[in-house]
Amino acid sequence: MLKLKDITLSVEGEQGNFNILKNINLSLQKNKIYVITGPNGGGKSSVAKIIMGIYQPTAGEVLFEGQNITGLDITERAKLGIGYAFQNPPRFKGIKVRELLELATGKNKEINLCDLLMDVGLCAQDYLDREVNTSLSGGELKRIEIATIIARNLKLAVFDEPEAGIDLWSFQKLAETFENIHAKYQTTIVIISHQERILKLADEVIIIANGEVAEITSKESFLADIVKRDMDCLCSKVCDKGVIPSAQCNR
Amino acid sequence: MLNAIDKALLEAVADLHDIPQGAYNIRKNGVGINRATTANINIVTKGDKPGIDVFVKPFTKGESVHIPVILSAEGLEDVVYNTFEIGEGSDVLVVAGCGIHNPGSKKSQHDGVHDFYVRKGARMKYVEKHYGQGEGSGEKILNPKTLIEVEEGGVVELEMVQIRGVDRTKRDTQVILHKNARLVVVERLLTYRDQTAESLINVDLVGEDSTAQIISRSVAQDQSRQVFHLNMRGKNRCRGHIQCDSIIMGQAKVSSIPEITAFHSDAQLIHEAAIGKIASEQLTKLMSMGLTEKEAEETILHGFLK
Ligand SMILES: Nc1ncnc2c1ncn2[C@@H]1O[C@H](COP(=O)(O)OP(=O)(O)O)[C@@H](O)[C@H]1O
Ligand SMILES: [Mg+2]
Repeated sequence: MLKLKDITLSVEGEQGNFNILKNINLSLQKNKIYVITGPNGGGKSSVAKIIMGIYQPTAGEVLFEGQNITGLDITERAKLGIGYAFQNPPRFKGIKVRELLELATGKNKEINLCDLLMDVGLCAQDYLDREVNTSLSGGELKRIEIATIIARNLKLAVFDEPEAGIDLWSFQKLAETFENIHAKYQTTIVIISHQERILKLADEVIIIANGEVAEITSKESFLADIVKRDMDCLCSKVCDKGVIPSAQCNR
Repeated sequence: MLNAIDKALLEAVADLHDIPQGAYNIRKNGVGINRATTANINIVTKGDKPGIDVFVKPFTKGESVHIPVILSAEGLEDVVYNTFEIGEGSDVLVVAGCGIHNPGSKKSQHDGVHDFYVRKGARMKYVEKHYGQGEGSGEKILNPKTLIEVEEGGVVELEMVQIRGVDRTKRDTQVILHKNARLVVVERLLTYRDQTAESLINVDLVGEDSTAQIISRSVAQDQSRQVFHLNMRGKNRCRGHIQCDSIIMGQAKVSSIPEITAFHSDAQLIHEAAIGKIASEQLTKLMSMGLTEKEAEETILHGFLK
């Protein structure tokens, strides 16, 4: 349902052009769950932003349900049913959680805002009338961000490190929520994550490092490798293959 | 007496759909046209100069005074002096506001000087909205001057809003706070085209344990200009906080000049000022929920100025 073809993303740096993404090729099937993982700075969020239209690729094409959407802007892609939960969601002075969620649900009155917040582990009545400003903690903001995506009954939803700042209990709930929306709306889900609980949801695990797709594998083989190596460094696999120098793998 | 334009102006500046409840004085094109008093609130025309004296009896609770001004002809220069005596222990809402409909090419100007004496333990919320409209090229000018003295334990909340259509404004607000007095000022301002707005707020924290908070939010669009001088002087044990936050767009220019001065070692004063354009992540976030760029911008500005 989504294809990235030879995607390159370069920015001008101090020492000339720098390729954030190099020849990314990915093909996502409808109704599957993908987990993208890999070292910090590897290019995961950039891939997500290319999908949402926040970044325009320097070269390559984005195809969605057979349509070339490379030239479409963010709004047009949103209207096609693509959504992206930001890694670092912005805050909005003067806009209430309720208002933000209503913008997300649009005209769909079926969706109950309270249920939505419960799905991300927040107690609804405490939050609906709060502003999406600096009074919210990082974890609260992150959960509200996720709720704005769940609210939208999407064809393709990309979640960027949803685990950040979220306690274990809520996290368990969140993992179930991903499964639920996947089952209920047949949403194709991409989750950028380093969490085992999330990796376990994956039909496929995509490792992105150094601006490239380093490997696409099954969760079984990916998780087995981690255990075998007895390391919590998810990028170890990549390091061993020489994709990035081991020296940079110090987590 | 009130025609459709008058009613539109009244709605914009005082949320009034018709004649208000409680005490009121409506001034149109330089003359008072409508007035009502209550058992606790009296309004008297000044003898020496244009304007009114408003007397709120001590311990009057939950009543309101509306004193809107409307200008609906071109070439008017209206100056008015209003004095308010807010009696001890009372709790009232005062809604002022000026709406200008300038149909012609000559300027219309209203300079309102408001003097408030907020007596011991009284609470007053003062709402002042400014609004301009009219198809003519004539400038719409509003220069309010507000002087407030708050006696011991008094609480004053000021809400000053100018959202549309005022070409030039120079507002001057001076507040003196005595012992335990409290002040909250919320100022919201939007300018566009070649409008200019200047706001000067001086707060003197004279009394022990007085507190003041000024929250100023503004949006400057097109080629408009805004200048804020927000000044707090702590002359006793007191607390003061200025937050001045502006969104700048187009070729606008915004100056924010907060000033805090402590004359006492137990004065705690903070100022924060920020000017910046709309964060691109805010726009992309809302667009990724299906809003167009323009809708996203409007949503952000609307929230910011709310
Ligand atoms: N807009 C940008 N301008 C310049 N550099 C960027 C930009 N966005 C991302 N990068 C750089 O590209 C690399 C990949 O970033 P990102 O996609 O956020 O990685 P990840 O999400 O895997 O941690 C990083 O080195 C980052 O600093
Ligand atoms: Mg990232």
